[in-house]
Formats: sequence, C-alpha cells, structure tokens
Amino acid sequence: MHKNLRDITDKRQKTKIGGVVLKKALDTTKAKSNKNGAAGSSVHRDLKVVDEKGGNQKASKSGGFELDKKQLIEIHNLMVKSRVLEERLIKMFKQSDGYFWIGGPGEEAFAIPLGLNVKKGEGLNHDFLHLHYRASGIMVAMGMEPIDEIRQMKNVAGDPFSAGRNFGNHYSRKAWNVVPVSSTIETQYATAIGTGIAQARKGCTGITIVTGGDAGTAEGEFASCMLWANMPQRNLPILMIVTNNEWGISTDTAIIQRKGLIADRARAFGMRVEVVNGNDVEESYRTIKDVMEYIRKERKPAFIEAHLSRLYGHSSASGANFKPNEEDCLITFESKLEDAGILNRSKMDEIRENYTVEMREILKKVKQEPMPDPSSIYDYVYANQKGKYW
Amino acid sequence: MATLVQGLRMALHYGEEHLGLEEVFGEDVGPPLGGAFTATQGIKSSWNSPLDERGIIGAAIGLGLAGVRCVAEIQFCDYIYNTIDLLKLGGMQSWASYGNWKCPMTVMTPVGSGIRGSIYHSHSFDAMMTHIPGWKIVMPSNAKDAYGLMIACLKDPNPTMYLKPKALLRVRGEEAIPGEPGIDKEGEKLLRQMIDKPIDDKGSWKPSWPEGLTDYTVPVGKGKIVREGTELTIVTYGRMLPICKKTADQLAKDTGASIEVIDMRSLWPYDWSMISESILKTRKVIFVNEDTEVTNFGEHLIRRTIDEHFYDLAARPKLIAGEFLPGIGLADSLEMASVPQADAVRKAALEVLDESA
Repeated sequence: MHKNLRDITDKRQKTKIGGVVLKKALDTTKAKSNKNGAAGSSVHRDLKVVDEKGGNQKASKSGGFELDKKQLIEIHNLMVKSRVLEERLIKMFKQSDGYFWIGGPGEEAFAIPLGLNVKKGEGLNHDFLHLHYRASGIMVAMGMEPIDEIRQMKNVAGDPFSAGRNFGNHYSRKAWNVVPVSSTIETQYATAIGTGIAQARKGCTGITIVTGGDAGTAEGEFASCMLWANMPQRNLPILMIVTNNEWGISTDTAIIQRKGLIADRARAFGMRVEVVNGNDVEESYRTIKDVMEYIRKERKPAFIEAHLSRLYGHSSASGANFKPNEEDCLITFESKLEDAGILNRSKMDEIRENYTVEMREILKKVKQEPMPDPSSIYDYVYANQKGKYW
Repeated sequence: MATLVQGLRMALHYGEEHLGLEEVFGEDVGPPLGGAFTATQGIKSSWNSPLDERGIIGAAIGLGLAGVRCVAEIQFCDYIYNTIDLLKLGGMQSWASYGNWKCPMTVMTPVGSGIRGSIYHSHSFDAMMTHIPGWKIVMPSNAKDAYGLMIACLKDPNPTMYLKPKALLRVRGEEAIPGEPGIDKEGEKLLRQMIDKPIDDKGSWKPSWPEGLTDYTVPVGKGKIVREGTELTIVTYGRMLPICKKTADQLAKDTGASIEVIDMRSLWPYDWSMISESILKTRKVIFVNEDTEVTNFGEHLIRRTIDEHFYDLAARPKLIAGEFLPGIGLADSLEMASVPQADAVRKAALEVLDESA
C-alpha cells in the first residue's frame, strides 16, 4: 500500500464522525491514466463514507451531521457560489475575456469552512491571510462579491485587488488583512513569518493563516516558516496549511517528493499537526475550527494538511478542463445533504442556476467597464504616489 | 567624532525611542554580538534570527505589511542574492495592490571591499539593487549621513535598502552628529564608553545613550557636493567617496585642477538635478563606484548624461568601476587590482581633464 495512503487510512479508521468511520474503501493503487493530466485514484479520491462494519451508510437527517441545518445550507450555498464563480472565470478565459485562469475549483469543502472561521478585519487583532491562488472559496466565504473577482479576471480598471495589474484569483484586501497574492510559489510562507511575529505580541488576538500547495513545499520558504514559527523563545501564532492535490502543475508529486505525509515534516518541528480529508466539509470544518481556537489561545503554530481535488487541472495553461477522475467535493456534499433531507435536488439546481445567471449578468456589466488608463502605470510604485515618482 | 557604525547605532536607538522602530533582527544582530560589525549593539529590540536570509527578508515584508516598523540585517550582501525574488516582492506590494498596501521596512547590509573579505565578503550590491523597483536605496559615506539616512529610512512608508560601506564603518566622521557628546578625543572616548560594548563583557553591559540625539534627517534623494570645482565633476558614493575627494584634493595641489565631487548618498531616487547642474558647470564627468563594471549603475548615469547633456559635454563621460569578476580575491594584490583605487581615479581624472571635445 502507498505509504501516504496507509497513514491516512489508519488515521481515518480512528476518526469517527457522528458514528461514521471513514476508511479507504476502494483500490489503493495510485494510477494516473489520463495523459491530459486527469488523475486516477489517489488518497482522498478513494475515501468514501462507510460504517464500522464496512457497509455504505447514508448520513441520516439527524445523526449524519455535526453542523446544524442552517450552517450546512450556508456552506452549500457558498460552495456553489464559489464553484460557479470559478467556472465563470474559466469560461471567460475560453471566451477571451481573460488572459489566464488559475484557481481553486475542487477545494470548496475545505476552503469554505476555512473562510467562515477567519476572524475577518484589519489590523493585528484580526487574522492575516497569506493565500495562494487557489483560495477563491476562502474569499467567497469571507464575503467577497463575485464581481470583484470577475473584474480582476477581466483586468478592468475597477479590479479592486490590483486595478488590472494581476492575474485572476490574485486577491489583495487590506480591510480583511488579505495580503497581495503572489504567483511566486511559496513566498507567502516567508511573509507569513512577519505577520506572525507581529501577532505574537502580548494581548494580540489575531493569528496568521498561510496556504499553499503540496508541490510548493519543496521551496525553502516552507521550511523557513516551520522553523521560525517554532523558535523556542518566540513561538508564532501561525496556521500553516498545505492543500495537497498531489500535483505540481503537470508533475505527479509522488515522483519528486518522498512517500509519506507532508505533515511529517511539520511534526519534526514539534508543532501541532492535523491531516484531514479536504473533500469532507464537516471534517474540514471541525479541524479548522479546533486548530484555530488552539492557536488563538495558545499563541503557538499549527499545521493542517488537507487532501483534496484539483478539478480543472493546474490552470488555463493546461486546458482548464474538468477532470472526471477527481472526487468532486460538491457532488459528495450534495449527495449527503439530499440523503439527509436537508436540501433536495430541485432546490440545489435552483441555487446553481441562480448563481449561473448572476455571474453571467455580472460579466455583461463588467465587459462595459473601462480598462486601466495607460498613464496609470507608475501609480503606487511608492506608497501614496500617483504618477511617476521622479 | 563618532564612527560611521556608531552613528548608525545611535540612529537605530533614536528610532526605537521616537520613530516606532519595534523589531531589529538578523543573524547575530541581538546580544551577545550585536551584529557582525556591531551596528546593533545595545539596541533593545534587537534579536538573533535563524540563519536564513529568505526568512529574514520575508519576515521584514510581513512586519511591514502588518504596520510594524522593523530593520532587518543581512550579515553581508554576498548572502542577500538568494533573496532576490523576495526583494522584488517587497518592492511591489504597493504597486501590485494599486496602493492598497504599504510595506514600510528597512533592510541593511554591509557592502563592498576594503577589509580583505575574500570572495564572499567583498561584493557590492548597488547595481543589483537599483534594478529592483519599489525600493528606496541609500548608502552613506560618513557618520553624520549614516545617522541622517537611517532616520530618513525609518520615516519612509516604503521598503528602504540601507547599504553599509563596510570599509568605512570604523571611520570617524568630520562633521558632528547632533547630540553626540563632544567632538574631541575626550568626546570620542566618552561615546565609546557609553555605547560600545566592552570586548570582555560577560552579558551585563547596558548602553548609556547620549541624551541629546535629534531628528536630524538626510532626505532620501538628496546628494551633497562635498568639494566644489569648475573643471570636472566626479559623482560617487559609499567607500569611493573619500578616495575620490582625497584624489581631487591631491590633484588640486599637484596640477591646480578644480574638481567637483558629489556624494550621491541616495542611489534611488537620486539627485539628478545636482548632478545635472554640476555637469552643465564643468562639462566633464566621471562616475565612480566599486561594483562590477558590466550593467553597472554608473552606466545608467552615463546613459542619462548622454541623453540630456550630449551637446553640453566637453569630453567623453567615463565610468570607473570594479573589474567584471565572479569575486574579489583575498590576496592584497588581487583585491587592489579588482576594485578601483586612488591611482585609477587620478588617471581617469587627468585623462578627462586633458580631453577636449
């Protein structure tokens, strides 16, 4: 058995969720048959809900979920909103309404709970976010309006994150402590050290959250962040997150990184470590909430490795086509909601259709908006500076 | 008179007390060493970071974004090269977010040759750094400017790079820093007793800072004419400044040449109006620095001189810079042959003075 798989399976077998035990159910062989980048089976793709006797178990209306109905409906709504937004961005690229797409469809089951648990606001007593470019679900859950991201994708002057300067899903929002997203893989783990130092001060209640992918953990900043966050005399309140989709652009992570969990590297630093099925809403929600509370209280770092899917490949550079072999967390969640009688298919279709129409209308509006003024190229090279500095 | 490094140290102390400086860190920056060149001795917010340059620059960026004023040190600029993308990242936080974010931070690092530092302790960084937009870059040549430029950096809302000419760090200034205790030998001794950690200290030493330190600021972007002249302009900075001034003084004695020497002090933004006016006056110019000559910052200055003053010049503008080598050899003979010395400046000055358009 794949070492990765065995570790996670072992963990799952000990993890009960409302009487349900998650364990690996299907083939353990990691096969990648799709030459276009579609993944075959992998750790999280092979997980499904089974009972302790090994049989499939439907989540019951009352016993299948820990979260209450209102929360579940809210999370579902945000997952759909985020997914439809990403699909609109992909369409925009394919219809020449954007130069490049990269994003996070497939990460919603983890991203939405994360965004909902952020202490949103500006300044040291709120959470700082050093995100990578697959964090659309986090931003949507925090309250980002789809028009913001559609404007950035269309690179119009009104793009609230970069005024038409940066790729889509490269957010920046000072009012929410969302620092500018960089395309340079993993530098966010280095800058997170700084806000972590700032928030380590006495009386500070905010924490620093940094997200990145599994392939990027090969970069030195990933190790830097673990090292600095765990300095014996200066523990930093940083939540380090790795969303592990087992791909690095077109490269199978298994051929470039040793077998085993990335989390094992974090364990070596003595920090709290959690590994979750990032395709499972409730497991993600529970773990994120618990770990965040731990960091807020203890002012110590913690690490979460979330195994999840990359539903549309790396980016538009690899086609941005749907990967049917990946587990779709939204389908999984909707199936559970339907089985539990919380939402029916008709209602869920209506939600998706409403968002689809909304995004389409937003795009119509954005397409009428002005592009950046070429004379603005020097604006804000320096703080508060309009025009050429000198 | 205070030394350059004492001036810098007093500015950091003033910054802690009056300008909101809260974090001073880097390799060996905190006790017991207080920096490889003692620039942070006695600074109460100084601390030792992991030996991790990328972590240091990343931490400084994060602190800047969090609005916490910091000074981060890279022990030698030879070790800053693996942080280039982070320096670029720091310089674009404001621009990339269309002004939404500011990133006030100061990085300081010793640069240049002059201490027989061999291959990995003699690099210059001015050419590389001036290629990274979004930063303000300064380099003092004396103690008073060292103080005033650091104060300027600590007030600036942008990333600032403070290049320390390591060969001049122990050199005493010729002008007093406002507030330093006396400018005679007794004053120097007193200052040393107050703010230099004794070599045999076992950990109990505390500095006693001069009480009269002020907000004296050298504005970023302002050069200084350190020697007036009418026949030739020499534009330089950092370690080469005293060499150029001394050479100009000697040439005046030997030949009667009237040479103007400009200390740029800021590499970006720089005082073009001062340089331009001087060129219009002397019609001859030499740019001098010790970085390697290919894609040297002085080449940019020559390009601008050609663009704006081609028809004003009475001689070809010249660049005196370091040899284009991977490093600077340890042996005295190798270092002397690799970076400009006084004789090279003198030779170039005489050539340009003799040249007519």
